[in-house]
Amino acid sequence: MVEWTDFERATIKDIFSKLEYDVVGPATLARCLVVYPWTQRYFGKFGNLYNAAAIAENAMVSKHGTTILHGLDRAVKNMDDIKNTYAELSVLHSEKLHVDPDNFQLLADCLTIVVAGRFGNTFTGEVQAAFQKFLSVVVSSLGRQYH
Amino acid sequence: MSLSTKDKETVKAFWSKVSGKSEDIGNDALSRMLVVYPQTKTYFSHWKELTPGSAPVRKHGMTVMKGVGDAVSKIEDLTAGLMELSELHAFTLRVDPANFKILSHNILVVFAIMFPKEFTAEVHVSMDKFLAALARALSEKYR
Repeated sequence: MVEWTDFERATIKDIFSKLEYDVVGPATLARCLVVYPWTQRYFGKFGNLYNAAAIAENAMVSKHGTTILHGLDRAVKNMDDIKNTYAELSVLHSEKLHVDPDNFQLLADCLTIVVAGRFGNTFTGEVQAAFQKFLSVVVSSLGRQYH
Repeated sequence: MSLSTKDKETVKAFWSKVSGKSEDIGNDALSRMLVVYPQTKTYFSHWKELTPGSAPVRKHGMTVMKGVGDAVSKIEDLTAGLMELSELHAFTLRVDPANFKILSHNILVVFAIMFPKEFTAEVHVSMDKFLAALARALSEKYR
């Protein structure tokens, strides 16, 4: 089981309570599709992903970005059992969506950078450490049911 | 994944905006690295202190960012331009190249914090590619 310090719990809850999911979600997914363009392979049905501007304006990308952030919310609310909270989602990503689990880390890195941009100097090294620890548990749990 | 003409232009333009803050960028990136990835502290056991913002950290952050700036000026041929630095890292420092990615990530986080408007997705991808190319050039002499 993952051990969380009081600081880590408080930090994660604090960050997510201050995030606008429908801004940060779309910004994160859009950034991932631009910075790591091979991730576009999973979004063939999303229409125009031709350049950064098109990706930023794409309504399907925005909607899906928001969905992803709400998905992270479930981990925030169940920090002591993220592994089981995400078991079904892991199966979904493996067996139905066929997403290479390496991509989860790419998205996590983009989320860290978007959150850093929004929080500025309050995103200290300690806060970053807590945030990245949380995301690494999420990434690991999402990959767990792959076989 | 080599640098396109557009990447090089983007890197040079962004660097000209941010290089004035090199010392702060280097200090923050290195400080973050030592806190978020504690295994990186193993390379600095010879320092008097490792706390974020301390004198050795600030000094070394500047050294690193000078190297980055140097790489920007040699962007047309990083392998040749960084040959000496590669030999230093390969034979003397012997830093595991996996750590280049870690430091690069923290430099990007600092860019996002210090330059939120300028560090767009397009600048992000070019800078990420550039730092990866830099890391490759630094790894050239390892084996």
